[in-house]
Amino acid sequence: MNKALSTSRIKSLYRVMLRIRRVEESIAERYAAQEMRCPVHLSIGQEAIAAGVCAALTQQDGVFSGHRAHAHYLAKGGDLTAMLAEIYGKAEGCCKGIGGSMHMIDLAAGFLGAVPIVGATVPLAVGAAWAARLRGENKVITVFLGDGTFEEGVVYESINFAVLHRLPVLFVCENNLYACYTRLSTRQPERPIHGVAAACGCNVMLADGNDALAVYDVASRAVADLRSGNQPVFLECATYRWREHCGPNNDDDLGYRPAAEVAKWQAFCPINQLATLLNARPEGQDFITHSEQEISKEINDAFTAALAGSIPQQADLPGYLYA
Amino acid sequence: MLETTRQITQAEAIREALEQAMDEDERVILIGEGVPDPKGVFGTTSGLQERFGTARVFDMPLAENGMTGICIGAAISGLRPVMVHQRIDFTLLCMDQLINNAAKWRYMFAGQVNVPLVIRVIVGRGWGQGPQHAQSLQALFAHVPGLKVVMPSSGYDAKGMLLAAIRDDNPVIFIEHRWLHGITDEVPTLPYTVALNKAMLRRPGKDATVVAFSFMVIETLLVAKALVDLGIDLEVIDARAVRPLDMTTIIESVQRTGVLIVADTAWKTGGIAGEVVAAVAEAAFNSLRQPPLRIALPDLPAPTSHHLSKDYYPDALHLARAIVSHLNVAVADIELVNRLHRSTPHDVPQREFCGPF
Ligand SMILES: Cc1ncc(C[n+]2csc(CCOP(=O)(O)OP(=O)(O)O)c2C)c(N)n1
Ligand SMILES: [Mg+2]
Repeated sequence: MNKALSTSRIKSLYRVMLRIRRVEESIAERYAAQEMRCPVHLSIGQEAIAAGVCAALTQQDGVFSGHRAHAHYLAKGGDLTAMLAEIYGKAEGCCKGIGGSMHMIDLAAGFLGAVPIVGATVPLAVGAAWAARLRGENKVITVFLGDGTFEEGVVYESINFAVLHRLPVLFVCENNLYACYTRLSTRQPERPIHGVAAACGCNVMLADGNDALAVYDVASRAVADLRSGNQPVFLECATYRWREHCGPNNDDDLGYRPAAEVAKWQAFCPINQLATLLNARPEGQDFITHSEQEISKEINDAFTAALAGSIPQQADLPGYLYA
Repeated sequence: MLETTRQITQAEAIREALEQAMDEDERVILIGEGVPDPKGVFGTTSGLQERFGTARVFDMPLAENGMTGICIGAAISGLRPVMVHQRIDFTLLCMDQLINNAAKWRYMFAGQVNVPLVIRVIVGRGWGQGPQHAQSLQALFAHVPGLKVVMPSSGYDAKGMLLAAIRDDNPVIFIEHRWLHGITDEVPTLPYTVALNKAMLRRPGKDATVVAFSFMVIETLLVAKALVDLGIDLEVIDARAVRPLDMTTIIESVQRTGVLIVADTAWKTGGIAGEVVAAVAEAAFNSLRQPPLRIALPDLPAPTSHHLSKDYYPDALHLARAIVSHLNVAVADIELVNRLHRSTPHDVPQREFCGPF
C-alpha cells in the first residue's frame, strides 16, 4: 500500500469505528431514560472487525449477524436513524418496531438480517451464498459469529455444506473470550477455534481483531479468494468486549473477568491505535477533530429523528405474518 | 412435626428445591448455560456450585441439542440430570433429543430403561424480549406422549413440583415464568413434594370456572377479587400440570359452575387452552350452560416495541372485560378500570424494574 492510499484507508476505517463507538456510547448514556425498552448488546471494543471486514465488501455483498449486531449493521452501511428508531420501538425502525436491538436488517445496504438465537444466521448465510451461486451472482456472503456461537452444532453443519460446494462464504469469528459470563476455557478444549474450521476444509485466516488495518488486509484477501471461486474462508479475530454482555453498563465488579485482562485489552483500543497513526500524519489531528464533530452532529440528529418517530400500529402486525 | 415456613421469592424456592434435591441424592447433577455464573440463572442456581462442587454443578457449551442428548445418556446411565435454559425458546434447538429420544426411550425399549431428566425452562416476557425470547411453548411439549409438563404458579408449588420432578423417573419439562420469579409467598423450609398431575382449586366460586396456567393464575386471581364485589363469583383453578392435564378437577368444577373459561400464556390456535375445552366438551358437554371461552395470546409472535406489546398480553383488565362480556353481566367498564387498571408500565413486572432482562 502506498502512503497516500494507506492514509485514506486509515481515515475511513477510523471514521467507521469512531462512529460505531459514539453511537454505542450514546445508546448507553440514554438507556437510563427507559425509552429504549429492549435488551442491547453493545459492540464497544470490537469495532475493528466490523469496520475492517465490511470495508472489504461491496454493497451487493451480504452480511448476517447475531445478537451483538450494531457494529456490523453500521459498518455495512445500515441506516443509523432506522436502527435507533428500532431500538426505541418506533414505526420508522428497520423492523417497524417488531424486532428491537437484537433484530437488525437493512436490505438496501446488504445487511440481510441479525437475530438473537445463537447460531441461527450461520446456515442462512450459507444458503444465501448458495442462492447467489445458483443464480450466477458474484456475491460474497459474510456471517459474524462469536466464540460461543461456534459451539452450536448448526455451525459445523453449515461449514460442512459450504465447503462441500465451495460456496462464497466468509465466516468471521469474533473471539472475545467469553459467552455471557463464561470463559472460553470452560466451554471449549484448549485448541484454536480456527483449527476446527481448517479441519472442516475452510481456508483459515487470522487477524488481530483490534487492528482494523490488519482485519481489512486479511478480509480483502479472503474476499478476493472467494470471488475467484476458492473454498469458504474462516477468519478468526481476537478481540474483547468492554461493557457487560447485555445492557449499557460495565459489570466488571462481578469479578468474572480478571481486572488485568480487561485493562490489557482496553489498552489495545482499536480506535486509539488508528488515532496514533493519524496523529503522526500532517492533517491527522484535524481529521480526528473534524470526524468527532461530524459524527456527534449526525448522532444527535439521528436520535432526535428516532425519538420523533411515530408509534407503530398493532393493527398492522397481522399483515406481516404471511406473504 | 411443626413445619416452619417463611416468605421467599419463587426464584429462591426453586433454588432451595435444587439444593435439597442435590443434598438428598448424589445422583442429581445440575447443568445449563450460566448455572455457576454471577447471576446464577436469575438467582435460581446461585451458590450451588460452591456448595456441591464442580463435579455436580456445571456450565456448558452453547450446544443445546447435543447437551440434551448427553444429559439423556447420563440419565439412562445412573445420573439424574437437571438441565436449565434461560429461555424456553432455546429448547427449540433440543427438540430432536427431547422428542425423539427422551420421550420415547423407555417406551420403545419396552420399559427396560428410564429417563430421569428434568428440563427447567423459563418463559420470557417484557422489556422487548421480542419474537425469539418470549415464546410460551407448553403446548408443543404437551403434545408429546412420554413427556411430563408442568407450569407451577406459586412458590410453594414451584419448590414441591421441582422436587417431585427430580424424584420422578421420567423426563419432566418444568416451565417457569420470568414474571413469577420475583413473587414472594409462603414456602416450607423442609423438602416436600407436590404431585405433577394435579390441578389446584385456588378460589371457590359459583358463576364460572376459570382454568389458568402459570402467570395467568396471578392475573386471574386479581380479576376474581375485583369481580366479587361486582356480583360475579369466579372459581379459579390453577392448572399446574399441562401433561397430563388434571381433567377430573376441571370437570368437577365445570359441573358446579356450568361455565368454562381458560386463560393461557400462549397462542390460541393449537394451544393447551383448546385441549382443555375439547376435553370438557367430550366429557361434560351437558354441564355447559354456554360456549366456553379461551383467553390467550393473539396468533402473532411477540412484538418487541412496547407500543406494540401493549395489548398483546392479556392482563387482569383485559381478562375482566372478556369475562364480564362473556358472562353477559351488566357492569360499567369504569368499574373494571377503577379496580384493575395498572398504573405501572405494562412491559415490566414491577415498577422498580429498569431493564434489561
Ligand atoms: C440458542 C441460544 N442459546 C443461548 C442463548 C443465550 N445467549 C445469548 S448471547 C449468548 C452468548 C453468545 O456468545 P458469543 O457467541 O461468544 O457472542 P458474544 O456475546 O461474546 O458477542 C448466549 C448464551 C441464545 N440467545 N440462543
Ligand atoms: Mg464471545
